[in-house]
Amino acid sequence: MKLLEVRDLRVAFPTADGVVRAVRGVSFSVEAGRTLGIVGESGSGKSVSTQTLMGLTPGAQVSGEAWFDGQDLLAMPERQMRRVRGAQIGMIFQDPLSSLHPHYKVGWQIVEMIREHEPDTGKAAARKRAVEMLGLVGIPQPDRRVDDYPHQFSGGMRQRAMIAMALALHPKLIIADEPTTALDATVQMQILDLMRRLQREFDTALIMITHDLGVIADMADDVLVMYGGREAEVAGRRTLYYRPHHPYTVGLLESVPSAPGVGGRLKPIPGQPPSLINLPSGCVFHPRCEYVMERCRVDEPPLREVVATEPAPGEEPAGALPGGDLPRVDLRRDGTHRSACWLPHTAVGLDAGVAAARRAASEAADAGAGAAEDADGAEPEGGER
Amino acid sequence: MSTSQDRADTPEDTAAGTGGDTAAATATAAGPAGAGEPLLEVDNLGKHFPVTQGIVFKRQIGAVKAVDGVSFSVRKGETLGLVGESGCGKTTTGRMIMRLLDSSFGKITFEGRDITGLSQGQMRPLRRDLQMIFQDPYSSLNPRQTVGAIIGAAFKLQGETPQQGTRAAVQELLQLVGLSPEHYNRYPHEFSGGQRQRIGIARTLALKPKLIVADEPVSALDVSVQAQVVNLLEDLQDELGLTYVVIAHDLSVVRHISDRVAVMYLGKIVEVGDRNDLYAKPMHPYTNALLSAVPIPDPAQRAGRERIRLQGDVPSPLDPPPACRFHTRCWKAQDICKQVEPPLVELSPGHQAACHFPENTTVSQTDLVAKAAVSPGASADGAADAPQAQE
Repeated sequence: MKLLEVRDLRVAFPTADGVVRAVRGVSFSVEAGRTLGIVGESGSGKSVSTQTLMGLTPGAQVSGEAWFDGQDLLAMPERQMRRVRGAQIGMIFQDPLSSLHPHYKVGWQIVEMIREHEPDTGKAAARKRAVEMLGLVGIPQPDRRVDDYPHQFSGGMRQRAMIAMALALHPKLIIADEPTTALDATVQMQILDLMRRLQREFDTALIMITHDLGVIADMADDVLVMYGGREAEVAGRRTLYYRPHHPYTVGLLESVPSAPGVGGRLKPIPGQPPSLINLPSGCVFHPRCEYVMERCRVDEPPLREVVATEPAPGEEPAGALPGGDLPRVDLRRDGTHRSACWLPHTAVGLDAGVAAARRAASEAADAGAGAAEDADGAEPEGGER
Repeated sequence: MSTSQDRADTPEDTAAGTGGDTAAATATAAGPAGAGEPLLEVDNLGKHFPVTQGIVFKRQIGAVKAVDGVSFSVRKGETLGLVGESGCGKTTTGRMIMRLLDSSFGKITFEGRDITGLSQGQMRPLRRDLQMIFQDPYSSLNPRQTVGAIIGAAFKLQGETPQQGTRAAVQELLQLVGLSPEHYNRYPHEFSGGQRQRIGIARTLALKPKLIVADEPVSALDVSVQAQVVNLLEDLQDELGLTYVVIAHDLSVVRHISDRVAVMYLGKIVEVGDRNDLYAKPMHPYTNALLSAVPIPDPAQRAGRERIRLQGDVPSPLDPPPACRFHTRCWKAQDICKQVEPPLVELSPGHQAACHFPENTTVSQTDLVAKAAVSPGASADGAADAPQAQE
């Protein structure tokens, strides 16, 4: 049972310079108790898509559907939306200082939200719940700190207070937009632990938006990689990290400095993210892609299922991790791994063999071998790592 | 200033001073083996920002001890990484090295010359040797000036006319950092974040500096662009023989770019070491915790490793904990940590840590206690139950 299902979401902002096409037909879904990670660089449309769901993008031209618990969020009148926002869908924003009101006490802000959505709750009862929530998220002496102002909290505590507020009404879905980007590494770990624990406790669905692949590896069950307002690749967490298909995903994974081969040169993706007003023709990633084919410049690839060289049921996938233990990559042929790229769907993985296969396929396609599917014969080795 | 004077008399500060001396001594000793002689030496440097009360008659009621006695040296051609969480004083240290902030105490030696007390006017000729790359490529470039004017200003301020003319020199710099000469007449808003950072780097390089302090040079950039700028910084170092002090909170970037890394916590350096040594065998518990907190973009490795969870937040630098500043969050803390400040001592060649109970080291506890110059029969059993290495 899907808690939230978004279909073909499109968001555009008319500006003086032209129409900014921030989101161009994105579909995703999330189930109760699961975490969907959305990764992408700035301008990939990851924040805009979730803000649109919450009705927080005034002035935007929106189309598509977003079914949450049997209701279409995008067709909902504002009055009804107000009852969903906060109560059934909680939001955690990146910058906790600017999302808490500096003039009101932290506790008061939580109390206000509880009473807004549940007018029957008395002041004292709401306050008691606010104290409870602050304690739950690990703020020391919550009965005293409830009367503090946001500036008296440290960055980590503010983010905890935001989480307490997001959870106060036990929402079914939490959207966390870069929840730990502004925090230090040690505090980030505390906050991620906390979110995981609370998610288990309340069986909440979580959408985690971030540009940090490390955080996604920690948190997400399924991952959606966005580029230029569209899905580049969708996959389960392990599949995405060990058997990525889209060259953009591969590039992202390889450009992280902690990747194997410390001390060597980093492998950046050349060029800059695209302008959303003048999008490149064909595949939006083609100006930066090292495997670009003629077809990529003209046709925009649809999101297609990736079915890689599949081991028989029960068989371990070939290739081992450097540590010796096998990555338990689930190779399901159930459409969970999809990628918007014209390269043959067998070219998945990160090692040199796959890179060569990708290159061969792209050259073969340009040499006039016809459609990219014909290049499937350029079989990559099964030696994924 | 008065606070620094007062503090210098306290025993723990003297201890820190000796620690600093050891640090400087070992650095020089390691010099011939390393890349070259020290270009920059920092000795017991500190910055206390006064906190005042009252409107007309301001009384000082305390001081934010942003940096409280750090000592390190940077050799020619090497990259020193300065890491730590927000508020640990890494940026303040960088700004003091640049003399953008006056230090409260301590000494900065650049090319053997004490630059701590120099006036603005005396500093100006030195500015060509000491340059800075700023974190935010949006606010560090004047939006009303063209790229040519921004980079050319460096020549103008130093009263220098390049042989080939300013315009040609600027265009060469643009090419050097991977931009095109046609960008000369454009304005900063026409560029993306990564390109702006390149403009900032070009400006930094205009006068062929010897030392560049880069304060979070890539943290405002997207991952894919981050790698481009890191590579550029490394190429420029090889080409022009630059020396870097890179300040960052991102441990993986620092690991990639640095030769040596110094870890700061609440205004003190807690550990300095060779990059590989420090990441493979961290000695200070804080370094250990910091390293284990970095999310690894690899689900399998993530599942395999043990993590250290620190409790609470970094204490306020207004009133830092006494003795070892980390003891309030340290899982190995003993009584001695609350009473005696551990000095920064060399525990293995080129690797120093300031801890009473360091990990990954063979130095016996009694030696350390002796070094810490304390008499009480300090608990030597602390090391026995030390958790094993994380990696």
